[in-house]
Amino acid sequence: MRFMILIKASKDSEAGIPPSKELFEQMAKYNEQLVKAGVMLAGEGLHPSSKGARVEFAGDKRTVVDGPFTETKELVAGFWILQVKSKEEAIEWVKRIPNPDGAHGEVEIRQIFELSDFQTMTPELEKRFEALREQTEGSPKPV
Amino acid sequence: MNEAQRTIDAIWRIESPRVIAGVARMVRDVGIAEELAQDALVTALETWPRDGVPNNPGAWLMTAAKHRAIDHLRRGKRVERKHDEIAKTEPAPERPKIEDVIDDDVGDDLLRLVFTACHPVLSLEARVALTLRLLCGLTTAEIARAFLSSEPTIAQRIVRAKRTLSEAHVPFEVPRGAEREARLSSVLAVIYLVFNEGYSATAGDDWMRPALCEDALRLGRMLAQLAPDEPEVHGLVALMELQASRIGARTTLTGEPILLADQNRGRWDRLLIGRGLAALARAIQLGGSHGPYALQAAIAACHARAPTADDTDWARIVELYGELAQVTPSPIIELNRAVAVAMAQGPAAGLALVDALRDEPVLAHYHLLYGVRGDLLIKLGRLDEARRELERAAELTNNARERKLLLERAASCRS
Repeated sequence: MRFMILIKASKDSEAGIPPSKELFEQMAKYNEQLVKAGVMLAGEGLHPSSKGARVEFAGDKRTVVDGPFTETKELVAGFWILQVKSKEEAIEWVKRIPNPDGAHGEVEIRQIFELSDFQTMTPELEKRFEALREQTEGSPKPV
Repeated sequence: MNEAQRTIDAIWRIESPRVIAGVARMVRDVGIAEELAQDALVTALETWPRDGVPNNPGAWLMTAAKHRAIDHLRRGKRVERKHDEIAKTEPAPERPKIEDVIDDDVGDDLLRLVFTACHPVLSLEARVALTLRLLCGLTTAEIARAFLSSEPTIAQRIVRAKRTLSEAHVPFEVPRGAEREARLSSVLAVIYLVFNEGYSATAGDDWMRPALCEDALRLGRMLAQLAPDEPEVHGLVALMELQASRIGARTTLTGEPILLADQNRGRWDRLLIGRGLAALARAIQLGGSHGPYALQAAIAACHARAPTADDTDWARIVELYGELAQVTPSPIIELNRAVAVAMAQGPAAGLALVDALRDEPVLAHYHLLYGVRGDLLIKLGRLDEARRELERAAELTNNARERKLLLERAASCRS
């Protein structure tokens, strides 16, 4: 199973202040551990929200709002995608994220949907799904 | 299982290969190493729920297991001198010097463990069971479930495998020179067998068991880090990543198989495709473009790169199968080449090749020979013959889902 690990923004990350040399080095080492264990599928850091934008939806209306956004703690500053055996294993890896600067913050762990999550679907729903697929893809071809 | 146990279980999954490998270097016997590591785990299960999980559980387990290894060595009087040397440098489990243990590079030990678990002195099924146990941290029950076997059977298999390694005095080392290549192919074969058992289950009611694919992938990715200069390791990883990218698209939501040409490519996993193509590039860069796994990965890459089934570069796939047949001649590869030829040059050309394979004893009971022949006959409008072939294929497969699909296609030839 896969989990997305969301690192929340901090005042520093939002201000575009790069991490300390120590954090940088320890993070590199941590990433190396994830790769060596064969659990890391992807991982990226995000620019401050000042470089981003939001598109707000209200029915048919779309409004573009440029960053930065104020609710720092709710913002995402980076993520990993890990493939592990259980939520507990994901938690265990997250606990090991280095924090040499003693920062206070939060890292969120969210499970990614997989095929097996849908297998409780009834045959009726399955048919509707397949019909939708045919509409979007054209009829299935013969073998 | 309560929460503390689940946490310890997760920690064990992460740490056990390192701990077993580290201890095996000391005691030179993977069976004893695993028992000592298990002892350390039992202590953890007793003390952690009471005292809390230590800050660095991996170091704790490693130290506790190494301590037991010293006791073990002490009991063997022959090595008493050596133990004194080791004991001086070993921290006590109660006061672990965490930095020492965590910085201890066990990479080489892990690689030794991989090669030992996949040693040719063991039967293939013993290699598989031991690898899943020692390197993926699977329990006996989990291995039994994955291979539709009973727990006592698997437990017995693992015990025997450990005994065989011990009795054969298999050294705990990474083979060198000419031996290395043969031993590495044994390792790769074990990993790919685990993957395939997950990807197209040979028996049972489920067509796939994705958890086994994930175990194999994790092992392959790990091995690519341990032996980064081996092109075929990257070739195998590429092959598994690319095949796994289709897992979400190759069954209906109720678990019926969907053929490659009919799969919704929007559901192919782009992340895994990217990883697979990168691993393939790495294999080629290391000079491994003619390795059997790299060639199969290159074929999978042709599919992965095609935006629609019609865009598939079948001519290139025919070439790649031709090359693969030269490197590892096999009637099954010829059968696959025949399918590619049918796609590139038309069903009649493909059928001619399939017909040439009908007398191959290896394929006589291989359901896909009849399945492929049935498909090609349908395309040529020879429906009566097609139906008979598909029914024969249905008789021969052990997989319930696949049988159902084949019988449905056979029935559709009647109209």
